[in-house]
Amino acid sequence: MSKEITVNVCLGTGGIAGGGIEVLSGFRRELENNGLNGEVGKRCEATQVGCRGFCARDVLVDITVDGETSTYQYIKPEMVPRLVEEHIIGGTPVTKWLVQDDYAQFHDRQKKIVLADCGKIDPEQIQAYFEVGGYASLTKTLAMESADVIQLVKESGLRGRGGAGFSTGMKWELCAANRENPKYIICNADEGDPGAFMDRSVIEGNPHSVIEGMCIGAYAIGSQNGYVYIRAEYPLAVERLQKALEQAREHGYLGENICDSGFDFDIKIKLGAGAFVCGEETALIASIEGERGMPRAKPPYPANKGLWGKPTIINNVETWANLPPILKNGAQWYASIGSEKSKGTKVFALTGKIRNTGLIEVPMGIKLRDIIFDIGGGIEGGRLLKAVQTGGPSGGCIPQAHIDMKVDYDNLLEIGSMMGSGGMVVLDETDCMVNISKFFLEFTQSESCGKCVPCRIGTKRMLEILTRITEGKGRKGDIELLIDLGNDVKETSLCGLGMSAPNPVLSTIRYFRHEYEAHINHKHCPAKVCKKLLTFFIREDLCTGCGACAKACPTGAAAGKKKKPHRIDTSACVQCGSCYDVCKFKAVLKE
Amino acid sequence: MDAETVEKLEKIYQRYLASEGNCISVLQDIQAEFGYLPRETVRWFSKRSGIPESRFFGIATFYTQFHLKPRGKNIITACCGTVCHVKGGHRVIARIHDELKLKEGQETTRDKLFTLEKVNCIGACSIAPVVVINKKVGGMMTPGKIARELKQYRGKDSE
Repeated sequence: MSKEITVNVCLGTGGIAGGGIEVLSGFRRELENNGLNGEVGKRCEATQVGCRGFCARDVLVDITVDGETSTYQYIKPEMVPRLVEEHIIGGTPVTKWLVQDDYAQFHDRQKKIVLADCGKIDPEQIQAYFEVGGYASLTKTLAMESADVIQLVKESGLRGRGGAGFSTGMKWELCAANRENPKYIICNADEGDPGAFMDRSVIEGNPHSVIEGMCIGAYAIGSQNGYVYIRAEYPLAVERLQKALEQAREHGYLGENICDSGFDFDIKIKLGAGAFVCGEETALIASIEGERGMPRAKPPYPANKGLWGKPTIINNVETWANLPPILKNGAQWYASIGSEKSKGTKVFALTGKIRNTGLIEVPMGIKLRDIIFDIGGGIEGGRLLKAVQTGGPSGGCIPQAHIDMKVDYDNLLEIGSMMGSGGMVVLDETDCMVNISKFFLEFTQSESCGKCVPCRIGTKRMLEILTRITEGKGRKGDIELLIDLGNDVKETSLCGLGMSAPNPVLSTIRYFRHEYEAHINHKHCPAKVCKKLLTFFIREDLCTGCGACAKACPTGAAAGKKKKPHRIDTSACVQCGSCYDVCKFKAVLKE
Repeated sequence: MDAETVEKLEKIYQRYLASEGNCISVLQDIQAEFGYLPRETVRWFSKRSGIPESRFFGIATFYTQFHLKPRGKNIITACCGTVCHVKGGHRVIARIHDELKLKEGQETTRDKLFTLEKVNCIGACSIAPVVVINKKVGGMMTPGKIARELKQYRGKDSE
């Protein structure tokens, strides 16, 4: 089946944005036209693969000749002819375009279970999934008693990867015990956390693993109907999932009488209409039912009363994708990976001010230091690490002092953050923590559905306080007020959104109180981010008088004679920072 | 409303009956047909189906996907995710506002050539800041780069 020479081009969203489609078609064209009148082309296969993880180096291309794989980085369409000429036809890799040592370093500390086949197989071909043992776990499951499947998942120690970390096996057991029918299975792919793209990458890279996981879950609890609730902002993931569902149906892994076992199950796609709160399970259910996506009080939990009032299991994309490997290798194998209370691995989207941004999968309990400095390669531009933000708008910041903490569900909670769905944003010394917490609160405040008072009004008031602090109008007692208000909102809100919305504020106050105090007492932003607290001026010895700042200035505050040093009139300046951005000579300073 | 519009709506209504659809799918269908949700179409549908208007508008205003006003020819989607924010996405967005001469709260340019929309996160954080123009993802955006891109779209349309 596979050819002697294979070319794999990364076509995740990152790869496509980097010109991956043109690179792939370039390879196909070159191989067809050139290469000894297409002779080489016949032995050759160029395919797309999903996200390779190391998105910072896109477009990544693997060329395998006689079992020997070379990986290239930053490939552009115009580089393709030379690769075909020298490597594929000539047999000598183009050394200067190959990945460097840091590529191996990026992968060394990782352990890939969910992402094992992402970036290796063509996500649009079920055949490629078969070649890596796809759907074997489902066949195995169908030969087991459903109670044994649940027991096995329980013993594996798998916890929900959507953020809260509830035991997956226990949730299933609750639902299976309910006699009511029909039951529903839902895959939560409404990945709304800003700074997170794990679910998108898994669906784009290996959609069949999610489908297989859902089939296993459906069999375990006795469900015939499944839904994938996915964001409309992920068009590529939707398209690939659609294709995968059709292929699974064609091959008898979905539909009636799956693999002659007498078990029926099918999956429908529901597109999210754009509301962050729909990631909350009861809100998600309301949205599938066609209503405003507003959460309701729990209990009853969806496992007892979910979609259309029937027992429903909702798990996150990553949780579903963990199931085929668990069924294949057994509970003991999975439980042997990770920390005492958090088993297995976790996929993180490692981004922000870090050298190697991308998608990573690490064993639970790994030290934060290893993630940031070994896998991530340290901070961009040699600046200092300030904090790592996890859990998005529901999580908090881990300060540099806790860099040696072990990352798992419980440790993160203890430190005032949370696992969340797995976004990990690295912040350096040029980031203002007050500004960051304001950013997250702006987000949760606008995404609050408005049903319960603490969340609707509490977040609004908190945002007002934060806004005045960043504008230099902070008052004495504002910090205490934020803490009070934050704790009230946490304790009294209806759903997870409100219960976690104050986390970014509370955790930054806990670890970076001095920054808040500097803003309030000295009207000073230590990281020089909050514009209203800055004064812009021009260093005359560096200014060449090019006039770029004067052109960019919206108020005419920056002005001067041609070829003579310019000046900024602070009384007219609105602190927009345009002059700072356009100055090529670093003559504009802010203080 | 003209006969043609009514015919289109009647089709959507029949589809709604046949597929046991829900309010969201009806609004999605109307928007797919007209590009946005014209008030009178929702009103018509409400009368036809007996579902109160308020329920439709309650849903339409809840989800960011629905638009109550006509949109521009080119859709610019600016990512406002965490990473885009810390990497200077707000400066890119400010530049788009300047270039298109959009006022605070205004989304569509007067000539209906551009609509600027903000999205929470499109999950392409590795190449932040990100701006999507008509589904084409552009990464590592800077104020200068976006200004050049916008000019291209202007050029295309004036030809």
